[in-house]
Amino acid sequence: MNRITAGRRHPLARYAVLLLALGLLGVAYTLVVPTDDRAAASIASGKVDNVAEGKRLFEQSCSSCHGLNAEGIPDRGPSLVGVGWAAVDFQVSSGRMPMTQPGAQAPRKKPADWVNDETIKQLGAYIQSLGGGPVPPTEEQVDPAKGNRAKGGELFRANCIQCHNFVGAGGALTQGKYAPELTEATPKQIYEAMATGPQAMPVFNDSVITPDQKRDMIAYIVGLQQEPNPGGAGLGRIGPVTEGLLLWVVGISLLVLAAIWITAKKRQAQ
Amino acid sequence: MSHSDASGPADVPKAIAGPSSYLDDRLGAGNFLKRNLRKVFPDHWSFLLGEIALYSFIVLLLTGTFLTFFFKPSMEHVIYDGSYDGLKGVGMSAAYASALEISFDVRGGLLMRQMHHWAALLFVAGMMVHALRVFFTGAYRKPRELNWVIGVLMLTLALLEGLTGYSLPDDLLSGAGLRITEGVAISLPLVGTWITFFLFGGEYPGEDVISRFYSLHILLIPGILLALISAHMILMWVQKHTQMPGKGRTNNNVVGAPFYPAFMAKAGAYFMFTFGVIALLGTFGQINPIWLFGPYTPADISAGSQPDYYMGFLEGALRMMPAWEINIWGFTLPLSVLIPALVPMGIIMTGLALYPFVEQWVTGDRREHHVADRPRNNPHRTSIGVSAITFYGLLWILGANDEISWTFHISLNWTTYIGRVLIFVAPVVAYIVTYRLCLGLQRSDAAVIGHGVESGVIKRLPHGEYIEVHVPPSEDIEAHMRGKEAIPVIAGADTEPGGIPPKGLRGPIGKLKAKMSKAYGGEKIPLDDGHGHHAHGDGEHTAVGAGEDRSLTH
Amino acid sequence: MTDNNHDIEQPDDRVPKRVVGTPSPAASTTLLGAKETARTAEAPGVNLQDEKTAKKGEKIAALCFTITLLSGIAFIASYVAFQVGDVESTEISNLALGASLTLALLSLASGLVVWVRMIMPKYKLVQERHLMASDGETRSYVGETFLQGAAESGITKRPLLRRTLLAAAAPLGLAPLVLLRDLGPSYSDFPEKLRHTVWGEKTKDGKNRRLVVEGTGAPIRAADFNSPGGILSVVPEGYEHDLNALAKAVLILIKFRPEELKSGTNLNWTHDGIVAYSKICTHVGCPAALYEQSTHHILCPCHQSTFDAADGAKVVFGPAARPLPQLPITVDNEGYLVATGDFAVPVGPSFWERGDAEAEVREKGGHA
Repeated sequence: MNRITAGRRHPLARYAVLLLALGLLGVAYTLVVPTDDRAAASIASGKVDNVAEGKRLFEQSCSSCHGLNAEGIPDRGPSLVGVGWAAVDFQVSSGRMPMTQPGAQAPRKKPADWVNDETIKQLGAYIQSLGGGPVPPTEEQVDPAKGNRAKGGELFRANCIQCHNFVGAGGALTQGKYAPELTEATPKQIYEAMATGPQAMPVFNDSVITPDQKRDMIAYIVGLQQEPNPGGAGLGRIGPVTEGLLLWVVGISLLVLAAIWITAKKRQAQ
Repeated sequence: MSHSDASGPADVPKAIAGPSSYLDDRLGAGNFLKRNLRKVFPDHWSFLLGEIALYSFIVLLLTGTFLTFFFKPSMEHVIYDGSYDGLKGVGMSAAYASALEISFDVRGGLLMRQMHHWAALLFVAGMMVHALRVFFTGAYRKPRELNWVIGVLMLTLALLEGLTGYSLPDDLLSGAGLRITEGVAISLPLVGTWITFFLFGGEYPGEDVISRFYSLHILLIPGILLALISAHMILMWVQKHTQMPGKGRTNNNVVGAPFYPAFMAKAGAYFMFTFGVIALLGTFGQINPIWLFGPYTPADISAGSQPDYYMGFLEGALRMMPAWEINIWGFTLPLSVLIPALVPMGIIMTGLALYPFVEQWVTGDRREHHVADRPRNNPHRTSIGVSAITFYGLLWILGANDEISWTFHISLNWTTYIGRVLIFVAPVVAYIVTYRLCLGLQRSDAAVIGHGVESGVIKRLPHGEYIEVHVPPSEDIEAHMRGKEAIPVIAGADTEPGGIPPKGLRGPIGKLKAKMSKAYGGEKIPLDDGHGHHAHGDGEHTAVGAGEDRSLTH
Repeated sequence: MTDNNHDIEQPDDRVPKRVVGTPSPAASTTLLGAKETARTAEAPGVNLQDEKTAKKGEKIAALCFTITLLSGIAFIASYVAFQVGDVESTEISNLALGASLTLALLSLASGLVVWVRMIMPKYKLVQERHLMASDGETRSYVGETFLQGAAESGITKRPLLRRTLLAAAAPLGLAPLVLLRDLGPSYSDFPEKLRHTVWGEKTKDGKNRRLVVEGTGAPIRAADFNSPGGILSVVPEGYEHDLNALAKAVLILIKFRPEELKSGTNLNWTHDGIVAYSKICTHVGCPAALYEQSTHHILCPCHQSTFDAADGAKVVFGPAARPLPQLPITVDNEGYLVATGDFAVPVGPSFWERGDAEAEVREKGGHA
């Protein structure tokens, strides 16, 4: 009986094979599921009028779904008349637009290569010129240091956590849509999302949730992003599901191993 | 070594002999100890699983007592002024504020809170794995039915204890659980509104429920649990533990290590392991971070609000149920609440409690059993168990369908649609698959007994054929396999059609009983399968091999 | 795991030593005794460890116990050294206390296991079992004694004694149940309480109650709530922090483009495309608060009942059986949103006495 044969007959061998198979399956899955396509080719920017330059950018990168004049194309992209510069800034800076593949919802991803402060400004100026709408906040309006964290927490719980979860870890909506996690969202993006209501998200306009109150909420969310987990690993901070999983996978397994160790029969020394 | 005095045994150190004779003079404990010090406990790793629950309970008592020193079970409205920045100045109940104080202003408070919560999860999990071990090995059979029923009762109480404890911090997440509890209670026909108004002292949420849950959680339920645990242990002690089949082990003996010193040390070690694993989880796994949830208000809720895992099956049932409500004569029967809240729980708990008696009714077996069954040797029981696990597990998974949908990008609605089909299909499939697996494993046992085991040695026979040498299994393995015995069938259950069945097997119920008895019992795959064993080699194999029926092994 | 015997040579007729799912054969070979060097103790079934193993075990166990000792000291030191009072310091304290405690306990456990496995003997003791049932003689003795005692006590012969005793016990047994009555409120018309919310009450000065924003308490000017796709969580003025009132009265306020509203919505109860629904789910009472402005669906996060907000919040998915009740709203003379009355039907989960309140309203020609 050689070593390999002996290994194959080892009672753990079948589990090892199973684990290996599962691992391979996982790798295959990640390979098959499409990742973000390469962003659109970068565009040379000249010093020209913002609106005109924005229109040029729009025609190149956005018009295929939103129409040549941003009037929208049914079943492809909504009209962008009146969504405002803030919406452009939110969608493009978070990489959600331009969309690379159709789906229930545009995911956050690395912004396209041509995206920078300057091009967002130009694109924003063009969209703003079509029908007005919310504009991006100033630095001060989104400075978390100037917000009241606890007050923001109350507003956050009243208006946001039903979709985004109590720490902004995200959550499922109907038919494959979801509320994204807020862990990477910048203060400016949080503000713009509230002001413009991107995709399925409702609008919280400045006249009912004032800019000051928005800043409080930003302070709370940024506080959550930065706060350590005093009790150990956060387990995704999604509540009892991962806790239960950890209990069964780690807790019970460790105790079963301990039980086996305690009761294992040991061969007497030769 | 000190010299013994006149009354004590030889060589017992004075420090021990003194106090023990003092006690024996007054209690007569010697007689008890004489019978029990060397009480034999059989060894098998799965026999320790129940101890997980026992030791978790002790840790729960210890950490829970610590928590009561600081916790204020009051729903009085206070403005938070503690150490946690994110909630400063926020209005909340005194209970929530004191739970925050335990977490951030008491040294070791967070650790104790987390250990208490982990221990609670482990308590229920320990009971579950222990119950499964007992079920699949048939260790609930006579004379242990009563202890089994006590166990089922404890499991139910543990769920209740978990529910009341989970609600105490009065945070937004536990409040959602409380709200659902209220919604379920109020849906009960006839008594629903009464129960709710009495539980909450008026309209939901009222100002009483936390303090009422507190007395239930720290006094009444643990008191009953403690009494039942004691009864459970005493019965186990008196009836002696079951043992796995093996060499020298019979229904009339118990083989293993003595209580003192070996089992005592093992039990102590396992207590420390349980305690240690709870401490490990409490240190490195953050559980129930109430400061992130915020104080309870019935107006708010978080995405992904889940109960602790042991309530997950109820949550899943509620989620999966289609809308269904009946109004008759001005009264409302909200079936989309009642069915999921009562039926799965009823099926599982009642099924567990009644199983030993139903099995006895079907098999007609009134004998005592002290040797555990290997799960494969009672294929119908094992299949029923796996089927129930599948049913429960599916509900449990569906209780987290929003997290599954979010994590794996599956449509939330489709998780529900799929679940509604699987809940009926999967348990049946699980039953069939398990049944086939059990028979397959029995066949492989029969092959081992009949033909021996593959040795890995290939031999070439004179006429050129290659065979693998089979050798008899080791004595212990063989004894383990031969521990199998046929499942009894009620006498007369196999009466020929046209024959007269005995009394008790007539009429529709009697016929059903006979049919079930025949299906459930009997020997599906006889171990020896018509062979003698060991005695005859047949030349085709080598001298050490045995058996003719090559179809079983090749 | 249970078998670490792969490298051990065995006589040819005894390989392989192990079939999956069966216990390790180690014990059986121990009994053969041929190859073991362990000393056999005087008692049968007790095999002492050989001294070399025991010595080694003693060293390992002692090491474990020493680690426990040191970790215990570290635990106490951590308690003194690390203060709490904010998230960061709590994190450090929890880690220090927890890690030292964990190490102490697991090390103690390991030491004990080593002690059992390497120092204590291997046991294979056998004890007899006996039937649980007592023998017939005992049973009949107990039965006779019981009857004799009952006769001696007179309970069988004297019915007056027996009956008055039973009668006496009955009220005493009921007494604790009576005491439970005051767990509930003094009134008993519970269902009536469930049919009304504070929206039905006028304010102290007799005006319609204003809708205010949850969390800020600010009243809402209809002209300000003007972005289609906007929502707000709304509570009644004067009851912003009254949890009992909120448990029934909290609202979800949604702004539509007028053309988006469908027939299920009572347009008379809206104002300029603003609709107010009860936020309490009709399934089991969670706040149904996830609003997708692209589909107009309201989703309850607890059990995923989905309501079409544009169409009277009728159920489109999930276990809820009834739509979320709509609250009649309008604006007061200052332009703030107010409730003109209570919900037409009870809000929240169904209860036995509820009945088909929607049908009753419809019969009266109203709109649920």
